[in-house]
Amino acid sequence: MSAAKSELVKLSAAEMAAKIRAKEVSSRELVQAQLDVIDAAEPSIDAFLHVSREEALQQADAFDERLAAGEADGLPELAGVPVAVKDMIVTKGIPTTAASKILEGWVPPYDATVIERLKAAGMPILGKTNLDEFAQGSSTEHSAFKTTKNPWDTRRVPGGSGGGSAAAVGAFEAPLALGTDTGGSIRQPSALTGTVGVKPTYGGVSRYGAIAMASSLDQIGPVSRSVLDAALLQEVIGGHDKRDSTSIPKPVPPLAQAAREGMKMDLKGMKVGLVKELGGKGYQPGVEARFNEGVKLLQDMGAEVVEVSCPHFAYALAAYYIIMPSEVSSNLARYDGMRYGLRVMPPEGTPQTAANMMAATREAGFGDEVKRRIILGIYALSAGYYDAWYGSAQKVRTLIIRDFEEAFKQADVLVSPGSPTTAFKFGDRMDDPLAMYLSDVANIPANMAGTPAMSIPAGLSDDGLPVGFQFFAPQMRDEVMYKPAAALEAALQAQWGGPMHKDLKTPWLGE
Amino acid sequence: MDVMPTFTREEIEHLGDLARIALTDEEIERLKGELNVIAESITKVQEVAGDDVPATANPIPLEAYLRPDEAEEPLTQAEALAGAPATEAGMFVAPRILGEE
Repeated sequence: MSAAKSELVKLSAAEMAAKIRAKEVSSRELVQAQLDVIDAAEPSIDAFLHVSREEALQQADAFDERLAAGEADGLPELAGVPVAVKDMIVTKGIPTTAASKILEGWVPPYDATVIERLKAAGMPILGKTNLDEFAQGSSTEHSAFKTTKNPWDTRRVPGGSGGGSAAAVGAFEAPLALGTDTGGSIRQPSALTGTVGVKPTYGGVSRYGAIAMASSLDQIGPVSRSVLDAALLQEVIGGHDKRDSTSIPKPVPPLAQAAREGMKMDLKGMKVGLVKELGGKGYQPGVEARFNEGVKLLQDMGAEVVEVSCPHFAYALAAYYIIMPSEVSSNLARYDGMRYGLRVMPPEGTPQTAANMMAATREAGFGDEVKRRIILGIYALSAGYYDAWYGSAQKVRTLIIRDFEEAFKQADVLVSPGSPTTAFKFGDRMDDPLAMYLSDVANIPANMAGTPAMSIPAGLSDDGLPVGFQFFAPQMRDEVMYKPAAALEAALQAQWGGPMHKDLKTPWLGE
Repeated sequence: MDVMPTFTREEIEHLGDLARIALTDEEIERLKGELNVIAESITKVQEVAGDDVPATANPIPLEAYLRPDEAEEPLTQAEALAGAPATEAGMFVAPRILGEE
């Protein structure tokens, strides 16, 4: 790969956009460069389930024509910059599988709202990224199709469920990606791959066309290599959508403005709350070291740091593993072999009925983790333990929301590590579901409460792997976290002499 | 006192039926071990769920509203059928519903 091309794909999305507007590079040239990186990187990284090469080039050409004709003025800042999409979001004419055999080969007849918005913004779609089947997992090892590698160490997982989006952005295959975050599936992979990952306020981005996992928790959000890029992408995809009844009928807050404000590295007057319960036991010392240094930098920039307690966060994981499987069992009932997706007829000697076909289809089409959650969810919703489990979990949800409300009386923004550990090795947690579930312990409270949260790179741990730094903001106040996140990013980059990924070895770029 | 279920083989077979998943013997055996471990760890939600705590279903409560009643272009019949495992004469083909001939 030429030095110029390798330099181009390492730019931030905002920098790429500036080059496009200055006509130093066309959208087609940029898309072609990214496709070349994808070709070179995929044998090592395996981030993509499908590369939509032709579509991306066509979309780039269409944008370049608009720009040449002077018709691109009203478009968002990121116009012309390509994006990868987690294969949990439906794309018209482009295969969408949720990394499940039950949807293998399915080509959706419609676009998700976020895809329509990307297209309207002139942002070409590079392809669909790998994930744990139906976004259920924390390592992307539960994909039915392939194992995505962490760009920082290809013997290790990229996190999950959105490991494909995080690895693609981390490995320079794409400057931007979309993820979905039900219990950390954007933020935990970002922490493990040294990328920026944002879960917006629940309802801040339309879920229309996001394949439903747990509807009261699911949220689409951006993955990027800079805080400003995430802000710009969230502004493109966010905002009210009448096709999602949980969509907040308000405009997107001024996110990019908040990020640019933060880049001035002045946090005087801001109160930062350290969440006491998200640290200590289970948190790797190398993670806590980078986290504490980050907190110190926030202080150095004028922020006042206070400790806050959220006592019910200790119950968040338990409540999540009741509410989420319950919703999963209901949402995944639609995969019945009738109207789309896989159909497997029952074995010979078994009555060839619809019910038996469904049971054979779902046995063959779903993987172990999905089956585990469906069975657990059906149980939680059945008579007998409904009040003890599901009813209690919904009350815990109230208590977590109250914890956040109390904490936000004492601080403007809350912080914690983005994940308790750095990236683990393949197979390490596959035989122990509980150990896998614990990977998301720092992320789940935000989903339970609907609050926005994001993870940004905090440096490398003593094991040489990325550490994530997480910010939480109050509901519908996403801009509040973008400012300190951009400030911390700027302060860290001043120390490092550039973005953290300048230290990433990228043999697939010919370096 | 917290109540905690125990997942037995029969229970999991029944849940497999309800879920319409033809679980294998090996899967049932493995699920039994895993679900009992998971049950033990999640049952603690009862510790703090007092009678005075209201339940939350949607973390961002919005007033329910109806979208404007405007006609939109639905999927065409061909689009709706395009992903179907079996079709005939513009319809989905399903296996028979009843068990007996």
